[in-house]
Amino acid sequence: MNPAQQDGPAIEFRNVVYRATNGQEILSGLNLRVERGETLVLLGRSGSGKTTSLKMINDLARPSTGDVQVEGRATTAWDPIRLRRGIGYVIQDAGLFPHFTVERNIGLVPRIEEWPAERIQQRVLELLQLVGLDAGLRSRYPRELSGGQRQRAGVARALAADLPIVLMDEPFGALDPLTRAELQREFLALQQRLKKTVVFVTHDLHEALRLGTRIALMEQGRLVTVLPREEFPRSSDPLVKQYMDAFGSDMNGMRGPA
Amino acid sequence: MNFFQYILQNHEEVLELTLEHLGIVAASILLSVLVGIPLGILISRRAGWDKPVLGGANIIQTIPSLALFGFLLPLPWIGARAGRLAVLALTLYALLPLIRNTYAGIKGVDPAVVEAGRGMGMTGRQLLWQVELPLALGVILAGVRVATVTSVGLATIAAAIGAGGLGEYIFRGLAMVNNQLILVGAIPAALLALLADFSLGWMERRLQGR
Repeated sequence: MNPAQQDGPAIEFRNVVYRATNGQEILSGLNLRVERGETLVLLGRSGSGKTTSLKMINDLARPSTGDVQVEGRATTAWDPIRLRRGIGYVIQDAGLFPHFTVERNIGLVPRIEEWPAERIQQRVLELLQLVGLDAGLRSRYPRELSGGQRQRAGVARALAADLPIVLMDEPFGALDPLTRAELQREFLALQQRLKKTVVFVTHDLHEALRLGTRIALMEQGRLVTVLPREEFPRSSDPLVKQYMDAFGSDMNGMRGPA
Repeated sequence: MNFFQYILQNHEEVLELTLEHLGIVAASILLSVLVGIPLGILISRRAGWDKPVLGGANIIQTIPSLALFGFLLPLPWIGARAGRLAVLALTLYALLPLIRNTYAGIKGVDPAVVEAGRGMGMTGRQLLWQVELPLALGVILAGVRVATVTSVGLATIAAAIGAGGLGEYIFRGLAMVNNQLILVGAIPAALLALLADFSLGWMERRLQGR
């Protein structure tokens, strides 16, 4: 992406409205900035518009009105292929290609970008190590991996081309609680080193409080509030309070590493 | 003269007609693959094209085979040779399973997988060749298998218009009221169908087991 644009926000939603083909309003006037190097969590229940918002960043969905700026340029002004190849994308259950080996899955973007073969191989090995997967797993197919291993491979694939922005759509949603906690810890450690701009969609308050730099709470296509992680549990917003109550009284111990 | 004696005494003719039979089937399957698979891909890409194309292929299937030969007879070049006529008719019959299975195979690919590919910046062509077609291959092959087995059976009727093949024996046997002669045509045809079914099924399993 264009390095000349280093000062503005990485991503900015400006009055974004999105109507489904049946006319239903999925997003109603979203305004939101994502700063460089932060992990912005989009928190909300199913149907709140968080996944749609995420898909607007890599042009898998287009605003009906308003625009989404990525690196200072509206997504509609980008060549969609160039835009998407500049943004890492991780989805629930990884979205790995079932007929590709782990190696080919992770090396997908470098391969379509026509990196030389040895460089791809090198990069895949680096990434396997980075996400804590044994190098011996690279010739396996996704169905031969555990859920946690698949998700690690999915993260590795999104990091393969070393892109500044990574979108994550409930990446740990399908994992058992122990594996999820482990991957969340590793995500934090990785993010501390890599300092990517991450937009992370989840409906899990614990996850949001653990991983987010800031938390954007969404409800029925509207942004309710955006708060830094530390301030979120203390907010007086009624919906935030509902969330805090719904997720139990042990939230004080759940704020994650400071 | 019974079935085995006949085959032993006329093994050259039996072999020749079997090969002729296979030739008709192979040519028509090849043609229908060349037309049907691209058509199936096309209608999976263009909204609104699926119904009319599948409907058309469906209607062709409902035409009785002898009537179809009759319809095709006036066509220039095609109608001049019985072999060409038979190949064209069998090609038309084989189109439906090929178009339908290609279409269904592509539409049946997990949309999350396709969207993941799009989200990573794969172009439409890359998605088709690297993701959709490989994942649809098992279903497409199943279509080829159905089409081949049906064609082996249908090709016996080609003898009615003088295109040759194992149907020759069946029609000869019918005319002479000789059941043994009918079997000389029917049993090798059934064996061919089983062989085609088995070998294509084996290929299908190998590809899906990957």
